[in-house]
Amino acid sequence: MIYQLPAIVLLLTLLAAPICSMIRNGDIAWKLAVIAAWLSVAASMALMHQVWGGNEISYHMGGWPPPWGIEVRIDELSALVLILVTLFGSLVITVLRESLRTAMRSHRHSLYYTTFLLCMASLIGITITGDAFNVFVFLEISSLSTYALIARGRDRRALTAAFRYLIMGTIGATFILIAIGFMYMVTGTLNMADLAVRLPEHADNRVVQASFAFFIVGIALKIAIFPLHYWLPNAYTYAPKATTAFLAATATKVSLYVMIRFIFDVYGVEFSFKQMHIDALLLPLSVAGIFIASLIAVFQSDVKRLLAWSSVAQLGYMSLGIAMVNVAGLTATVTHMFNHAMIKAGLFLCLAAMIYRLNSSHIKDLAGIGRSMPLTTGAFAVLGAGLVGIPLTAGFVSKWYLINAALENGWVILAVMLIISSLMAVAYIGKIIDVAYFKPAPAQHKDVKEVATSILIPCWIFALLTIYFGIDTRLTAGVAGRVAETLLGVGL
Amino acid sequence: MNESILLLSTLIVPLAGGLLLSLQSSANTRDAISLVTASILFLLVLCIYPYVLNGDAPGIILAKPIEGVSFALQVEPLGLMFATIASGLWILTTIYGMGYMRGANEPNQTRFFFCFALSITAVMGIAFASNLLTLFVFYEMLTLATFPLVTHKGNEEARRGGRTYLGILLFTSIGFLLLATLWTYSLTGTLDFRAGGILADNVTPTTAIILLTLFAFGTGKAALMPFHRWLPAAMVAPTPVSALLHAVAVVKAGVFTILKISIYIFGIDLIAETGAGTIALWVATFTLTAASFIALTKDNLKARLAYSTVGQLSYVIVGAMLANAAGIIGAAMQIAMHAMGKITLFFCAGAIYIATKKTQISDMRGLGYKMPFTFAAFFIGSLSIIGLPPLGGSWAKWHLLMGSIDATQWIIVGALLLSSLLNIAYLIPVAARAFYAAPDSNGQPHGISEAPMLCVVPLCITAAGTILLFFFGDALNDFISLIPLRAPAQ
Amino acid sequence: MIAGLFNYWVVIILMMAGLYIVMSSRHLVKKIIGLNVFQTSVFLLFISMGKISGGTAPIIADGFTAYSNPLTHVLILTAIVVGVATTALGLAITVRIYEAYDTVDEDDIAEMDIENENKETAVSTVVAKNT
Repeated sequence: MIYQLPAIVLLLTLLAAPICSMIRNGDIAWKLAVIAAWLSVAASMALMHQVWGGNEISYHMGGWPPPWGIEVRIDELSALVLILVTLFGSLVITVLRESLRTAMRSHRHSLYYTTFLLCMASLIGITITGDAFNVFVFLEISSLSTYALIARGRDRRALTAAFRYLIMGTIGATFILIAIGFMYMVTGTLNMADLAVRLPEHADNRVVQASFAFFIVGIALKIAIFPLHYWLPNAYTYAPKATTAFLAATATKVSLYVMIRFIFDVYGVEFSFKQMHIDALLLPLSVAGIFIASLIAVFQSDVKRLLAWSSVAQLGYMSLGIAMVNVAGLTATVTHMFNHAMIKAGLFLCLAAMIYRLNSSHIKDLAGIGRSMPLTTGAFAVLGAGLVGIPLTAGFVSKWYLINAALENGWVILAVMLIISSLMAVAYIGKIIDVAYFKPAPAQHKDVKEVATSILIPCWIFALLTIYFGIDTRLTAGVAGRVAETLLGVGL
Repeated sequence: MNESILLLSTLIVPLAGGLLLSLQSSANTRDAISLVTASILFLLVLCIYPYVLNGDAPGIILAKPIEGVSFALQVEPLGLMFATIASGLWILTTIYGMGYMRGANEPNQTRFFFCFALSITAVMGIAFASNLLTLFVFYEMLTLATFPLVTHKGNEEARRGGRTYLGILLFTSIGFLLLATLWTYSLTGTLDFRAGGILADNVTPTTAIILLTLFAFGTGKAALMPFHRWLPAAMVAPTPVSALLHAVAVVKAGVFTILKISIYIFGIDLIAETGAGTIALWVATFTLTAASFIALTKDNLKARLAYSTVGQLSYVIVGAMLANAAGIIGAAMQIAMHAMGKITLFFCAGAIYIATKKTQISDMRGLGYKMPFTFAAFFIGSLSIIGLPPLGGSWAKWHLLMGSIDATQWIIVGALLLSSLLNIAYLIPVAARAFYAAPDSNGQPHGISEAPMLCVVPLCITAAGTILLFFFGDALNDFISLIPLRAPAQ
Repeated sequence: MIAGLFNYWVVIILMMAGLYIVMSSRHLVKKIIGLNVFQTSVFLLFISMGKISGGTAPIIADGFTAYSNPLTHVLILTAIVVGVATTALGLAITVRIYEAYDTVDEDDIAEMDIENENKETAVSTVVAKNT
């Protein structure tokens, strides 16, 4: 049983998805989905327990040994991402029923859960697989289900957003496919560990270099690294309320995980940084992304869009950490990946709860909501503090490492810029808090009430986790630190 | 173990008290809880004294979020002194607040007392923080906890004041203080407050200047110009808030931070050798003179007191930046003396408002006979702020003067003297006008009509306190001398 | 040179043509067609790399020593399935867009969206004035 865990964590959701689609009753389908999702959380926790301290699990699918068979490989980094996907996904799916009730007719609900589970399963697949082609396949499954999820938004602009994402996403995925093809051409293998061994011999081969270029562009599209973020703001804005929380938490983060895996493990530090100088590309793009996206966020009047732009900026922090090429930087990236997923998912969830009552996410309509929905707004405020990086919240820990990484490289100016960007986050979060607490509620929102407990509890779980991971950082920064040392090949 | 719990309980008691009182519906129970909490806290703080006098430094580690930096508390003399002042004056402010809030019929009193308790928790955290990160956390907590107090009135003016308050304090703390903290960490790998400082062998003189300047401006609560605007803006708050928070807790937290950084992060030897404090020193000197001039022009009593506070805070910064023993003692004493003196003045301002609804100094002519206790206390408090014997403030000014003479900074000696003259010019007329000028002859009834007893008693106690501090100046001096200025010899 | 790498030239031409269609066309269905052409070029790339000149299908028989690599074909079979799914989803969304907007021209849609947005802000300012 324990030995089969890597397969189980994937199969739980993957098998629950088709079963869900066959159940016509939305409620039963939801219960099944919730059970499957939470069991996968338990499985990923168990996996984390197994790899804790730097162990690795190598599981051979169907008993075929690599490099012929498909290998599932789990180390601390993948276990952390696994927890991220399953935990935050499960929290969102738990509130999904309440959120769907008004959004769509009940006989469609089970199909929606199916798509959702499929997306979760494929994200889990990306995380655990040790096979490059599998990454592509799972990436496409997750993307396809994401397009479908976004297209279910109530506004018709959701459709165009989904279509736009589909075009961009497919181009990105195909680029990754090309990159994998080139790698296979040169090495004749698709196993990632095997690739890592064989690629260095061919470091000067133009085909390998081209594959690297294709890969970076493709995955950057998926992560929405500035300036390839074109699809993200609309997709987040018009996706159904609770779904945005799931997408913001997982989709881009898992793509980022793929990028880290490939840059550091498959292509290798030597090749990526010393030869291809990926840091020289990522650094200016990240900084520009952080500033431009934050600035745009400050001027948004729709809170959903504001948070979407803030996501673009926060992704800039993560890619910036990679570009630092030091342990602190990579630690910041991995920590922030987890922390931001948690914070942004929580924020979108709280916002979903507000929209549920107000039917609008315009900042003006949020006036006075601090009094009419104190618990939701309270959670939003805590999470907002986390996004800004107030001490004792999770966001502080990751920013701490990031700024330290900049100072470690002697880039004082960058550290100053990072602090300025934090102040911009203060501005755009402060804008919302200010309206929510200090503006009187407009007349048409006088009778707004608090949402149901079943939505409030997940919101507050996110908020409390944000505080918890600001104090106890063994799971986040602790793991991230060890992972960073392993990936960069120092301290061993 | 026992002392760790004692230390931790100084944080838990006000927090628990705050939570408890926020659940009460009856105003009397709520105020009783408030008062009991304050008294218990004061006793707890007093219980720590034996340890410190024995040379112990009780500490407790709460969490370790980041490699090399913990979230921890540790007692040292300066912090203990600050905690004593804040918790002691909290008792008086609670009594005063009960009288004031009822007298003025303010709404949302429960929220008010809850935030108050939260602020005190933060102050205790600042006082006992064992490293810069912990201090920073409580510093921000104090900013956020006092924000609802500043905007308590809830009208447009209060909101605008609150926005300035939050804007400046958050901007400076995140923009400068956090940056300087991070920089320190990347230079030294630790943020612990240690005797003799941690930076000594890790910085060039240029870096030291930049860092200390960042720290000085980053501590926006110390109201160094040009980041002093929040303090007058925060005067829209109800007077008990202005009294405790903007004469004692918040502003003193600011200068306390700077003092602590100079002593335990830089070490006074490093500051003296590298001249790291130069910029901060001159800005503080400018601030203390300029603020006094501005205070002269203000007719609103609270605004005048606010600018007076801006000026008096800079005395502490000057003392810290002089970086010699006399300067540090003067600075530490100034924290205590000014707290006692200024809270008296604010209490008086509030009492006048409650009794007569007057806020402008020019309207207070002849009020002295109507409110003799209040104005007598105001007079005593003023003298203490100015620094005349036999009042506590004189010791602080004395040591600061000695410090600047030791450092042969004659311009600063001049500035200190000039500022004292200006203090006389803007404080004495308030009391003098009340007693000697003829009242407006609109047929006001003569006879004593003071503010409620709950307001008058505390301000008499603090006024008496300034006198007591003069006679116990020696004991205070001895206690402050326990602050380890240099690393213990190996 | 050109003859030896004939397959690759075809791949490049198809790829560029496909990408160009995706970018330049305003018609949503044409965009999907462009995407298909683009993906097909990658399929060709994979299949070409599996081919070994003189090699036969990988069935062990006497007299044959060189076999083509079957793995790439298997991979591309999967990729084709993914491609078909993408096309189907893309077309489904296009149908929904047509229902919602009555057009499949990107420019028209963008124009309608902007109009929509302007109307929304106008409404909210009116609301703000009324309150």
